[in-house]
Amino acid sequence: MIEARNLTKTFRDKKRGEIRATDDVSFLVAPGQIYGLLGANGAGKTTTLRMLATLLTPTSGSAALAGFDVAREPEKVRANVGFLAASTALYGRLTAREMITYFGRLNGMADPAIKARIKQLSAELDMDEFLDRRCDKFSTGMKQKTSIARTLVHDPAVMIFDEPTLGLDVMTARAIVKFVRDCKGRGKTVIYSTHVMSEVEKLCDTVGIIHGGKLLAEGTLPELRTRYAEQDMEEIFVKAAGVEEAA
Amino acid sequence: MNWSNIFTIYRKELTDQLRDRRTLISVIVIPTFVMPLIVFGMGKVMSGVMKRAEAEVPSVAIIGGADSPGVVAELKKSPKFKIVATPEDWKERIGDKKLRLAIGLPEKFEAGLAAGAAPAVKIFHFQNDLNSGIAARAAEDFFKDLRDRTVTARLVERGLPKEIVRPFEFARENVAPPEKVGGSVFGGFVPYLVIILCFTGAMYPAMDLTAGEKERGTMETLLCAPTARVDIVMGKFLMVLTGSLSAMGLALLSMGITAMAGGAIMMGGSGATTQLGAAAKTSAASMGTIDPVGLLGVLAMTLPVAVLFSALQFTVALFAKSYKEAQSYIGPMVIVVLMPAMVGMLPGIDLNAKLALVPLLNLSLVCKEMLSGVWHWNYIAIIFGSSCLYAAVALALAVRMFKREDVIFRA
Ligand SMILES: Nc1ncnc2c1ncn2[C@@H]1O[C@H](COP(=O)(O)OP(=O)(O)O)[C@@H](O)[C@H]1O
Ligand SMILES: [Mg+2]
Repeated sequence: MIEARNLTKTFRDKKRGEIRATDDVSFLVAPGQIYGLLGANGAGKTTTLRMLATLLTPTSGSAALAGFDVAREPEKVRANVGFLAASTALYGRLTAREMITYFGRLNGMADPAIKARIKQLSAELDMDEFLDRRCDKFSTGMKQKTSIARTLVHDPAVMIFDEPTLGLDVMTARAIVKFVRDCKGRGKTVIYSTHVMSEVEKLCDTVGIIHGGKLLAEGTLPELRTRYAEQDMEEIFVKAAGVEEAA
Repeated sequence: MNWSNIFTIYRKELTDQLRDRRTLISVIVIPTFVMPLIVFGMGKVMSGVMKRAEAEVPSVAIIGGADSPGVVAELKKSPKFKIVATPEDWKERIGDKKLRLAIGLPEKFEAGLAAGAAPAVKIFHFQNDLNSGIAARAAEDFFKDLRDRTVTARLVERGLPKEIVRPFEFARENVAPPEKVGGSVFGGFVPYLVIILCFTGAMYPAMDLTAGEKERGTMETLLCAPTARVDIVMGKFLMVLTGSLSAMGLALLSMGITAMAGGAIMMGGSGATTQLGAAAKTSAASMGTIDPVGLLGVLAMTLPVAVLFSALQFTVALFAKSYKEAQSYIGPMVIVVLMPAMVGMLPGIDLNAKLALVPLLNLSLVCKEMLSGVWHWNYIAIIFGSSCLYAAVALALAVRMFKREDVIFRA
């Protein structure tokens, strides 16, 4: 379960002055559901998701994940969250096994439990062949699998994905999309941010269109289609965000 | 604070750093080899230069002397000089090191000598040049000898004993024990080296664990873990401190071994005749040894300073977005650290109540004292106490910095 209530985040920037990166955003995501946060670059997706993962403190508003409030119990929130972003990298000088073990330990797991979990994840993600090799020598596909295993080691109830397919080749991106769908299948609460329309259409139960920090439209795909009288996600996005292409 | 989490982070950082070549070089290789290299390498080069300079027969020009053929002949006969024809531009030639020395014999020098008083001889040399200096000393010896012989001849002429102009002899002898002599030889130098290594040992881990992680994107990954930020700072800080202390510990260890090995080589190397052996022993004693108790004192006094350095560099590097940016902040810090350490190395500056409050300089001075066996406990207490205070403040600052999201996620 994810509940975001009037989340707002302002940054002070020397050149641009005060920036409202996220502006009064509220939404609910139930277990077994994928919520898609659709927005262009700079829309406020990363800021919103970082507040959910307790990496940033909201300027105002609140959020609760798996029943824990982000402001009051940030450590409990993180213990129940797997956060995977294009910007969360691996330690290059560690092997995949060491990397996963490290995060297992930080999540308070005992070594035998971690060992069993790695065995299971490695079989599921087909990682056996490179499990004991250093991450800096990995292909992007191997890196993604290791990152996924890192987010899953403590089996969190909530998964947060921030543009996880950014910069990946088609096959790796497809594998990620399949994995996100698996998470839903296992009853996890999933929030997924992207600027790729087709991913939203393929994956999400509910879509939130974010622009300029504001959540401008929200609903299931059929709901949005009827509301904007458009079939194509891109057209819906343009209408909802109120941005027309320069003619 | 959760010690199990701190330990988990520390252990991971240790593994990680042990696989980083830059850290290994600055923390292990340089501290271990810098002292032996300086002592044996520089020592060898210096003694080689000295030997070559002493072996050289300097070219010397004589100015004047046409009316003093006896002295000129004696100078020419001396194996200590190679008398060359006097060039017009002898002054420039000395400056260009083509000529080592010129001896100015005044007019009627020999005639004056025979008559009872001769005009002064001039020795023209290159100030502070090694070869010219050696030649000048040889020339001085030559003329002192000539003067002594003249005096003796005159005394004999008048039937007087030689002792009339030399009523007694004197000699000097060192009575300070070798570790005190060593204290004044190494005393300024060892703390200087320890302070520098303490700083540089922390440098690479500090940058890699903060700005390096931000740059590579692993910092965000780490912050996703349900670990309190204080624990992350402590784990990382302990790794930086490990770098600092390893560099210092290895340097002190290798210094101790070098000092002992240096003495042993000097004592054992020339044991052919007892006389030579004894001479070698006195030369080893006059070079001095390092007092191990003093070294332990240095270690103890440097501990809080290592904490201070580690926490400060951690904080500064944390602010940077990239490794390069961190380097541009830490680089100038090296010079700031270097200056008080260098002042402490100067001879003649001794610890007093005022200097005991100047950070780093106080450490450098108190270490110098401890290495020569002087223990001013009141100063030691002040210096240790103030260093601990600074260290605690720096560590608190590091934790505060790490909790600031505008530092961790600097746009
Ligand atoms: N740490 C920061 N300091 C200042 N401005 C920031 C910071 N992080 C993000 N922003 C600004 O906030 C806005 C939203 O950014 P972000 O959440 O990263 O958008 P998205 O992930 O949708 O591309 C942008 O205008 C960005 O420049
Ligand atoms: Mg983003």
